[in-house]
Order: sequence, then C-alpha cells, then structure tokens
Amino acid sequence: MATAAQSRIKSVSYAKYGYIFILPFFIVYFVFMLYPLIETFRLAFYGNGFTDVVAKKGIGGHNFVGFENFKALLFGSCEGKFSNFNANHSVFFRDFKNTIIIWIGNFIPQISLSLLLAVWFTDLNVKMPGKGFFKVVMYMPNIITAASVAGLYFALLGPSHYSVINLLLKTKETGADPVKWLEMNSVWPARFIIMFIQVWMWFGNTMIMLMSGIQGINESLFEAAEIDGASSSQTFWRITLPLLKTIMVYTLLTSMIGGLQMFDIPYMLNKGTDLNGNGIITSCETVAVFIYNKFHGNDTSKLYGISGAASVILFIITAILGALVFYVQRDKDAIEKNRKRKQAIKEAKRRAKGGGFSI
Amino acid sequence: MSRKVTYANDKGGYQTQVLIKSIAIYVALILLTLVCLLPIYLLFVQATRTSVESLKGFTLIPGGSLFKNFETLRSKSSYEMYRPLIGLKNSMIIALCCAALTVFFSGMTAYGLVVYDFKLKGPAFVFIIAVMMIPTQVTSLGFTSMLTDFPIIHKSLLNSYIPLIVPAIAAPAIVFFMRQYMLSSFPLDIIEAARIDGSGEFRTFLTISIPMMKPAFAVQAIFAFIQKWNDYYTQSLVIVGDKDKMTLPMMVKAVMNIKNDPDYGANNFAVFFSIIPVTVVYIILSRFIIGGVAAGGVKE
Repeated sequence: MATAAQSRIKSVSYAKYGYIFILPFFIVYFVFMLYPLIETFRLAFYGNGFTDVVAKKGIGGHNFVGFENFKALLFGSCEGKFSNFNANHSVFFRDFKNTIIIWIGNFIPQISLSLLLAVWFTDLNVKMPGKGFFKVVMYMPNIITAASVAGLYFALLGPSHYSVINLLLKTKETGADPVKWLEMNSVWPARFIIMFIQVWMWFGNTMIMLMSGIQGINESLFEAAEIDGASSSQTFWRITLPLLKTIMVYTLLTSMIGGLQMFDIPYMLNKGTDLNGNGIITSCETVAVFIYNKFHGNDTSKLYGISGAASVILFIITAILGALVFYVQRDKDAIEKNRKRKQAIKEAKRRAKGGGFSI
Repeated sequence: MSRKVTYANDKGGYQTQVLIKSIAIYVALILLTLVCLLPIYLLFVQATRTSVESLKGFTLIPGGSLFKNFETLRSKSSYEMYRPLIGLKNSMIIALCCAALTVFFSGMTAYGLVVYDFKLKGPAFVFIIAVMMIPTQVTSLGFTSMLTDFPIIHKSLLNSYIPLIVPAIAAPAIVFFMRQYMLSSFPLDIIEAARIDGSGEFRTFLTISIPMMKPAFAVQAIFAFIQKWNDYYTQSLVIVGDKDKMTLPMMVKAVMNIKNDPDYGANNFAVFFSIIPVTVVYIILSRFIIGGVAAGGVKE
C-alpha cells in the first residue's frame, strides 16, 4: 500500500501521461462527433435548401431563422415563406407514430421471448445438451448486415411474382394478384413484417444480456426456493423477475433509444428508394428515415433546417432517456458512501472550526 | 395428499417432470432454431435457381443454377453497380482498419484513465459515459455538412475513407468496456515494477499491458469489425457516387434499387453472397462473440 505522500509524488510525476494517453480519443471525438453535433444544432436554426440558396461550398442555409423550423415541425403553423414547410409537420408526427408503433410491437414480444429463453437456459434442473449451439444460432441474425436482412425478407415476402410467398401461392401461374404486403401503401402487414424482423434480429442479443443478469443472481436463492418446494413459475415471479428489475429497465431504456434510431430495415425493406426517399413504405417510415431523407435528398428538396430541427428534437428525447438510464444504473451504495464521506468531512471541519474557537 | 408420505416415490415423479419439461423446452428451442435459420436457407434455395426455374414451383431442394445467377449478375448491364469482389475488398479495408484503430486507441484511453491520476480524469470519464448514447442519426446532418467542406483544410472529404475510418479512434462504449475490464483484471503493481526496471510509459503499455489485455482486445475487435462491416448508414453518407468505393451493403441496396426488369435469381444471389463473409467469421469466432455479449460488451 502506497502512503499518502507516495501517491502524491506518483500523481505529480505521471499525470501528463494520463493526458497524452487520452488525447487521441478526445481530439478525434471533438472533430468527428462533437463538431457535427454542434453543426447540426446550428443548422436547425438556419434556413432550408431552396429558400436559402447555398452560398459557399458547404451545405445548409446562412439565413438565421430562429425557431421557425421547430415551429413548422412541431405546430405546422408558420406563415409567409415558411408555410411551405408546414406539410412536414404531419409527416414528422406520422413518422413519430410509426416509430413508436413499430418499437412497441417489437419490444414486447422480444423481451418476453428473451426472458423466457434466458430462464430456460439458466435453469439448473433442465438438462440441455447443445446449449451453446442454440445460443450461437439465436444470436446469428444479429450479425447479418441489415441491408442483407432487408434484401432477404424482400426476397421472401416481397410483392413480385418471384418472391417465395408468391411462388408458394403460384400467383404467376394462376394469374392471381401477388401478395402485396411490402407495397408502398401497405400498412399493418408491412409493420408486422418489420416488427418480426426486429425481433428476429435482436432477441438473441437481449436473451444473452438477460442470461448474464440471471447468472449474476445468487444461486443459493434458487436452491433455497427449490428446497422449499417453489414451482418454476413461483421462482420466476418471486425471485428472478424482482432481482432482474434493474437490468430489465436498462434493457427497456436502451431499446427505446435504439428504437428511436431505427433506420436500416424501414429504409431498405422496399422495392428501392430514390435519392429523395420515394419508394419507402409510408406506414413504416421512421423518424431517423425522416431526418435522413430531408438532408440526403437531391438539391431541390434538401431541407437542412427541418432536418436539423428534427435531429435536435430526437437528441433531446434521447438525452432524457439516457439520463433515466443513469438514474437506474447508478451505484446506490457508492452514492450513499460518498454522501456519508462528505458529511463526515463537513462534520470534522465544523468540529475543527468549533474546536478552534473554543480553545 | 401430504408430501411427507409420498416423498419416497416423489423422487421418481420429480425426475419425470423434469424430463417432460426438458423435452418441451427442447422442442421449443428447435422450432426457434428453425425460425432463425429457415429464412436464410430459403434465400439460399432461391439463389440457386434462376427466376424462370423458380416459377416452376417452390421446393426446399436447392437447384443447380448458383453459378448461372452469378454470371447474370456479372453480364447484365443493369447490375453494373454490383461488383461483389470490389465491395468485399472495400468493406474489408474499412472494417479491418476500424477494428484495429478502435481497440488500440480505446485500450490506450482506458489505460490512461485507469493507470494515471490526473485532475481531469473524473470529468473525462463522465464525458465518455455521457456521450455514449448520442445516436449517430442526430449528428449525421452536421457530419455531412462538415464533410462537404471540411473546416480548416477546406476540402471535401466525401467519397474518401478518412471519415469512415478515423472516427473509429473514438469509441466511447468500447473505452467504457475496456476500463471496466482493466479495473477488474489488470494488476497495477506490474506497471510499478516495469517503471522500476526502467521501462518507459509507452513501452509498458505496448509490451506489457496490451498482451495482458488480449482477451478484451480480441472480443472488442470482433465487435468493432462486425459493426463497421454492417454500417450502411454512415457509408451511405460518405460514399456518394464513387462506384469504386462502394461497400458490400451499399451494393446490396443498389441491387434492390434496380427498377426495370430485375432478374430475381441474380438479386437473390447478390443478397445471399453478402451474408456469407460475416456469417463465416461469426461461426468461427462465435464462442468469443457470445462471451462478449454476456460481458455487456455491445449495445449499438
């Protein structure tokens, strides 16, 4: 154990290396992530592509417009030249609704399935050869590129006569209409397919996370429950679930944050999109797709301000959810200890002061 | 029926109960395995038949036209965007460079945060945690804006690999993971010992701590590789128009975009081909990957 004096010497002589070691991270972070974030915020307060022609080589407007973009997006009540953007209001809210519907429809089955599997996999009584194999298979959909997953499901369920579903129904042969679940104006079938794909891709990941959570629970609790004659459902509701609460809430919140970013599958599960995002199944267009389309379109339709404002709104929601994650994950013992330590220091100081006066 | 009386026989009953439960679980797991694998298998079957052949009716037995579909892909003019080998090479370059940079610099940052004591250590760590959850989508507008006219050098960085590879140096989530790993299983005394023996700080990091952190490095490298390999979003922001720099996911998207008279056999082959590389990597390294997820290593 180093004495206080020793550690002070250590901290003095080596501190600069600490800065050197973390410097590359921070330089790159500031240039490639923090600066773009600030730039996004800036653009949210500036004009849009075709009312505010690009003046310099960079993109984005140079007319400061204050909160007009936010007003157009949130209330759709702008007048004058900004009335052009009021239409974005309904699209933005539609996309928000889509995002929430798809997220809920994917999260509930996903967490239920993952939880069930995690309990099965960690059940000490169930003899299960090939456990490793099942885990490997169930995690596999998660590593496949989303673009390929979209292509895969489009080949299976797409609206052409050549997709597997239509081959099974022999639509080309019989001259029947092909099943059009993934056509532009399909609503629930398309949403269900996207929910299914999201569950398919992510349940393995969630399952493994929950499994490590269950394995963290003291084994003797399960043994004691078993000796006391608890049934497996009693063990689940009375022991596993209450002790998993923190990790469940964590999964919920991170999944929400992930759900808000949902982009790849909704963007690509269709016949193909042009630069302006035409061709996306409208009932599945998410907020992330909205943001992307508004700034990635071709020059006539680039709405940087609107896109920026939508990004800022998304950022704020994410920040709130993120703060909740910290609140849930916080180390209660450490905080309590810290509080007590501070209190003790205060107490000591007060006493020292008081002592000083009394002498 | 009191438990006491039947306890002796109950042993047998209990065992059968467990057996029944095991079988039920097993059946459910096999069904789920099918759900996971069947779509991929169906795609494989479709990739082995030309679109004309597939119209004859669907079967689960693969056909023999895998190579023919590949030829169609190469010869048909509407598929000029799809050059799988170039896409493979490009994706490989990006993913490998990113994986190497990510683990090296994340390890270095974590090392700096764990080993040294300095004034801004606390704030730096809080910062890293705080930015961990900022979604890419939120910064992408500013990112694109920055790339079209990069500050200071005033050059466009679009269609260049720099903005795809260099940001890999700053991976907050991986720094966080490495830090936790170091705190739990890296003996700090060894650094003191190295200092006494006259080793410089960087040499200690390179020759002592990296070899000791190998397991964490390996797992995180695999994750970084897969994540960058799959990152269609950022790639589509940066690579706009330069066909020689397109990555495999972008080519898959380009194939799906073909409007006039797509050849579905060729399409299916293209999608299937894009699944192979990462799946092979996964199957070889699956043990590490599953272990890594369990350790809380990833959350995109």
